[in-house]
Amino acid sequence: MYRILRQIARTGIVSETPPRPDEAYRLLSARLRAEVLRSFAGALSIRHVDAGSCNGCELEIHATSNPVYNLEGLGIRFVASPRHADMLLVTGPVSRNMETALRRTYDATPAPRLVVAIGDCGCTGGIFGESYASAGRVSKVIPVDVAVPGCPPTPVQIIQGILTAIEVRAAS
Amino acid sequence: MKIDILVPEFEPVPGAVIAWRAEVDAATWRLSAHQVWEHGGRLIALWAADTGRSPSVHLALVFAGRLLWLSLPVKGPEPEYPDLSDLFPAAARMQRAVFDLVGIRARGDLVDKRRWLRHGAWPVSEFPLRRGFDAGRRFDPVADDYAFVRVAGDGVHEIAVGPVHAGAIEPGHFRFSVVGERVLRLEERLGYAHKGIEKRFETLGVHDGYRLAGRVSGDSTVAYAWAYSMAAEAAAGLTPPPRALWLRALWLERERIANHLGDLGHIGNDAGLGFALAQFSRLKEDWLRSNQYAFGHRYLMDRVLPGGAAVDLADDAMMRMRDDIVRVRGEIARLRVIFDEHPGLQDRLVGTGRVTRELGERLGMTGLAARASGMPLDLRSSFPCAPYDALQPRMVVHEGGDVAARTALRFDEVIESLQCCGRILDGMPEGNIATLYPTPEEGAVGIGWVEGWRGDILIALETGSNGALRRVHPHDPSWRNWPVLEHAIIGNIVPDFPLINKSFNLSYSGQDL
Repeated sequence: MYRILRQIARTGIVSETPPRPDEAYRLLSARLRAEVLRSFAGALSIRHVDAGSCNGCELEIHATSNPVYNLEGLGIRFVASPRHADMLLVTGPVSRNMETALRRTYDATPAPRLVVAIGDCGCTGGIFGESYASAGRVSKVIPVDVAVPGCPPTPVQIIQGILTAIEVRAAS
Repeated sequence: MKIDILVPEFEPVPGAVIAWRAEVDAATWRLSAHQVWEHGGRLIALWAADTGRSPSVHLALVFAGRLLWLSLPVKGPEPEYPDLSDLFPAAARMQRAVFDLVGIRARGDLVDKRRWLRHGAWPVSEFPLRRGFDAGRRFDPVADDYAFVRVAGDGVHEIAVGPVHAGAIEPGHFRFSVVGERVLRLEERLGYAHKGIEKRFETLGVHDGYRLAGRVSGDSTVAYAWAYSMAAEAAAGLTPPPRALWLRALWLERERIANHLGDLGHIGNDAGLGFALAQFSRLKEDWLRSNQYAFGHRYLMDRVLPGGAAVDLADDAMMRMRDDIVRVRGEIARLRVIFDEHPGLQDRLVGTGRVTRELGERLGMTGLAARASGMPLDLRSSFPCAPYDALQPRMVVHEGGDVAARTALRFDEVIESLQCCGRILDGMPEGNIATLYPTPEEGAVGIGWVEGWRGDILIALETGSNGALRRVHPHDPSWRNWPVLEHAIIGNIVPDFPLINKSFNLSYSGQDL
């Protein structure tokens, strides 16, 4: 226990100032009423869905929770079920083998719900494109509020995308 | 050339890793595989191609210290080849994928005829990797009922998990048969992330396929891009400049360290020690920022390409690389003491998810999981291509075979890879970082084989006309380790599955293609 406490003290607080939202990522505007967004903004629950990514975006989604970006410090956390979620964070081109699972996850998420597509693949289909096996970008399958490009996007860009989706001022 | 007791005449496929190739008939295919199996050889990959003349199945084996590549052309409206899954259990899923994609069926009494990568996205009558198949075609979804193996008995019930999981991980389905909390059987169903990578390669040129290769499994982007480049360079008869090879090794070791740091944090976290995740994810973040600073990408995507390397190492970046080594070595030493002396953590890790060496060898386990079960398998030592012939990294092996061994192995490999990075920085040759990649001849073949952080990644490619890619098969070590995970969980409790799964940390995307 002593060693753990000493290591915590040695490390100190490494969290950085969180980024601001970026309106350039917004696809749909004002889908939700301002007061709903205001209540989201206090404590947002996210369900991540890998719809067929290469797992690169997952690495950066993990990184948003590290002490440097400290996403939980903003009141935003990842939850284990779409039933508990306010937002879906979707990566990958949507593989046709995941199309049904993604639709069902969306349907299982209580309305009002937000969807943020992560990465070049989520935005456009990326390098995998559309084919017999890939339906392409996320918005081909479910409605997307905000799309964050990058291969993979950085943790800062991912957090900006999440914050943009719940930004109150834009909707009011 | 004859190789040991084997029947076929082998021809060398030149390249950084010399492979010995032979075209065989069905009887020799089976006989050779049997002889290799009987004498302790290993299966690396099994795949199929339809490159024009006739479809063929391909087999990569390791035998007598050599990489062997057997090719079996098949004919007829319903082509077949002899089943190898009774010898090499890992072949079973590869053979199912071969049928799903190319329509060639393994013939044998014990063949599992269920589909693997094909779910409901295309009908059983269509084979995406056949020559005439239009990649852009979209089919109406067909019913996706899949016959899981049922376990019967008093008090047995099933838990179905996935494809959408509780954590931020890739999609897959796990079907547990349990009594109380104890797992009697786990059956995996994968293929959810199948996005047509191999068909996509056919639309690319040899010189630009490295970007797609680097996204087969994003966490291993350096290893894949290197294996691809190695195969492409072999096909063109090109040797990249020495400095490029040393840069690739620096990136490969940095990728290994980044992933091991991440896994150590997650293993601690899955055993209830959140402190570990905070500490290791902080170390990993610093490490990735150094990658960004020195080479312009946090995960080093698209830095390795056919002919050499895309970016050089500047003097100030060299300093930062050296500082990284000193700092991480010190931090790792402190954190390791905390891991080792934490009774609650050790209680969760020791004896959990054990795979004996005997079982690992029978199933054909590979990579870091194999080394944690006492199997001395590491291409950097056993098939060292430049610069590993000069670097001579020490192979780390642990005997325990449990989560504790796979954790200790990662600690040791981080230290070993840090030392390796130091030797690379000391010995980095001067000179160019790339040679112009020429257009290879039509029908040229090449093999790339690289020890990624998870295990050995193999890429086999064949060129088409005017520098196009005719066929690329990227092969992830997860093909051979996923079936081992089904055994590792037997007799353990359900809540230990996330911990055991994380200790293997296998790729879904790399296997699903």
